[in-house]
Amino acid sequence: MAEATPKPEQLVQIDYRPPKRDWMDPAVEFRKGTFCYSATSKSLRYLEMPNPREWQPFERDWKLPPNWRETILEGMRERLARYRGFRLFMEICVRCGACADKCHFYLGSGDPKNMPVLRAELLRSVYRRYFTTSGRLFGRLAGARDLTEDVLKEWFYYFYQCTECRRCSVFCPYGIDTAEVTMMGRELLNLVGCNINWVMEPVANCYRTGNHLGIQPHGFKDSIDFAVDELEEITGIRVEAPINKKGAEILFVVPSADYFGTPHYYTLLGYLMILHEMGVDYTFSAFASEGGNFGLFTSHELIKKLNAKVYSEAQRLKVKWILGGECGHMWRVLHQYMDTMNGPADFLEEPVSPLTGTRFENARSSRMVHICEFTADLIRHGKLKLDPARNDNWRVTFHDSCNPARAMGLLEEPRYILRSVSNHFHEMPENTIREQTFCCGSGSGLGTDENLEMRLRGGLPRANAVRYVKEQHGVNLLTCICAIDKATLPALVDYWVGGVEVAGVHELVGNALIMEGERRTTDLRGEPLPGKEA
Amino acid sequence: MSVLYSLGAVVALSALAWVGGSVAALHPLFGVWLPYAAIIAFLAGLTWRVIRWASSPVPFRITTTCGQEKSLPWIKASRLDSPSTTLGTIGRMALEILLFRSLFRNTQAQLREGPRLVYAESKFLWLGALAFHWSFLVIFARHLRFFLEPVPGCVLLLQDLDGFFQIGAPVLYLTDLVIVAALVYLLGRRLWAVQIRYFSLFTDYFALLLLLALAGTGIWMRYFTKVNILEIKRLAMGLVTFTPVTPEGIGPLFYVHLFLLSVLIAYFPFSKLAHMAGVFLSPTRNLPNNNRMKRHVNPWNPAVKLHTYAQWEEEFHDKIKVAGLPLEKD
Repeated sequence: MAEATPKPEQLVQIDYRPPKRDWMDPAVEFRKGTFCYSATSKSLRYLEMPNPREWQPFERDWKLPPNWRETILEGMRERLARYRGFRLFMEICVRCGACADKCHFYLGSGDPKNMPVLRAELLRSVYRRYFTTSGRLFGRLAGARDLTEDVLKEWFYYFYQCTECRRCSVFCPYGIDTAEVTMMGRELLNLVGCNINWVMEPVANCYRTGNHLGIQPHGFKDSIDFAVDELEEITGIRVEAPINKKGAEILFVVPSADYFGTPHYYTLLGYLMILHEMGVDYTFSAFASEGGNFGLFTSHELIKKLNAKVYSEAQRLKVKWILGGECGHMWRVLHQYMDTMNGPADFLEEPVSPLTGTRFENARSSRMVHICEFTADLIRHGKLKLDPARNDNWRVTFHDSCNPARAMGLLEEPRYILRSVSNHFHEMPENTIREQTFCCGSGSGLGTDENLEMRLRGGLPRANAVRYVKEQHGVNLLTCICAIDKATLPALVDYWVGGVEVAGVHELVGNALIMEGERRTTDLRGEPLPGKEA
Repeated sequence: MSVLYSLGAVVALSALAWVGGSVAALHPLFGVWLPYAAIIAFLAGLTWRVIRWASSPVPFRITTTCGQEKSLPWIKASRLDSPSTTLGTIGRMALEILLFRSLFRNTQAQLREGPRLVYAESKFLWLGALAFHWSFLVIFARHLRFFLEPVPGCVLLLQDLDGFFQIGAPVLYLTDLVIVAALVYLLGRRLWAVQIRYFSLFTDYFALLLLLALAGTGIWMRYFTKVNILEIKRLAMGLVTFTPVTPEGIGPLFYVHLFLLSVLIAYFPFSKLAHMAGVFLSPTRNLPNNNRMKRHVNPWNPAVKLHTYAQWEEEFHDKIKVAGLPLEKD
């Protein structure tokens, strides 16, 4: 795959002029590098999902079930009755086009069906045809079209070419949320077994083992133990990292990439250092070993299934409240879905920081606190001894991850932390950060290598802003609070920018933290710590 | 093509009304019964539409946050763009509905050499939309002088303000200029911007052309042909007092104006124009960002099959044991 990827100067030749062909005539070419492979039947069988089979999107025959059209239309009917947002978003768009150039995939591909308005019209045109009188009577003139296999293929292509980042929804005068439209589109596709492996395998793994990567309990313990050993080598201090410890005060849930991926891993080390230094009584769970939730990229039912273990483990382990690590979509689920789906969490207590006494009022119902809220509070109260000079080798910028920005409003906490642990913090241009942040281009389960060209296209706006601060301020570190970002931004910035590393916010906290009795000469990556060079 | 069909439709509707206005026998139809039917369609249609929206629940609180959440006491929360209270949410909605807050954010992206993506401020769409909607509202309110006797002071005041510059006779209303300019801009933008033209549908052009024709006929009557206002008022008063009359000597142009209005209001609830009502219900805007403070209830929260801890422990029992992790059942 990788050798087929065009060079940046080729990829950036983007033609924004729409094609001659009317958008209502479906035409999708499944060109390598621009789509994701299908889910294996094994994953679907494990999850008892419809139509498990061997097939690929580029094949002619998708082996759809004979009644696929009725299944989809019935699925639409159900969802229109269950989700006001869905019905509303099918009906009130005026096609003003404000969203058009807000999508990173549109900016990176020039494909008009990546304009959020047209992405939604793919579904709306079918909605009009089967659910409105004008659509039934006037057909194309009313913007209605039949649901054909080609339309379904188009749905697959474009609903798996949307990262549900919600940037367009910020600009829409009616708040139409393409993430919601895409989620419905994907739910419908799932009804007839059209899904992608990069999503469904993690979902199946997560359902079985508790985490997306399919790491079994002993593997989880090994990973955490390994981190503890490594931290001892770096700091000379042996921290405790309890797992499945009953009666701990806090359950700590992180995305699985934190203990299995790089550079996520350095963030995990950062967490362990703070929790140790503060003497927090906490535990991991080897079953709730994943905060992330690829159910969000599949269906509401699967969100609930995968999320349930967070509260059930908190209850079983008899903790008081829950702390969550750095992750984007995970926090969309924890903030906007968990309490509704699997609450109320009345067996927990309202979260209070054991060190500062701060009541996390904003989490008084769901009883789950974001690690950035927790750490920012510690720093504000002067509980952490920090030496920002230890990060002087980094000139830092911050990428707001889509979901913490647009589904939580977690904007200042990470910035406060970064300013406290670094002397060189530079913002990217204002139209590319905070609520207007650009997606990494690989969110919502699209971060797979076979989809690399499309990821690089979608990531262009983000990478371009990184390049700007690199040129202006010599930025060499892109920080973020999302596991998917950490997994996919390195390839993106290497491709478009070069010379910029990616890190979690808590990695920098770990670097700057002065621990009691430490012996340190390196940062968490094993590089010489500024000021401590031999 | 869509734009031509729309233009054809508006021309045909106008011609139809011209015929209706020219034949005395058709005056009751075009002057009374069609307007009544349109009003009924508007009220019934919009009620049906809103009830149908309202009958689908909002299972999740999916607010789009456009500012800092309320979290730690020393971090300034964005009370309007990420409201955590009802009051803040009302404020957010008011900004959205009265001032088109979200559209105000609009930017235009441009890919330049380098490559460098730049995002230029782009307020024209916001300005055009705001100018159109507010002038429409003012014009609508001004028209109350035809339907109320005596004419309320506030309507007269509005009329005076609208004609503040005292240009010409009859006095030129600013909103008449503004609405035409705004509609021409909105239509022009749809036609010249290739991307927007690409996805524009019949209804998008039809609504704009219908409004333009409606405004155009109104302007023509006021400034150019000078229709018999007193007789028109008699007709209007007849409609609102349910004692319909169709006075002589009004002229076909008025009937075109009235018919286009009837078409507009009858079309309203069954088209994208219903966004006027829909915007109030948009779940990404009308819900506070207080998800973790206050539980949102999903009325149909389904029971799902779960993979429980007990099943997990059973499957991995030996491995958990070897790893030295605690077990519920040894």
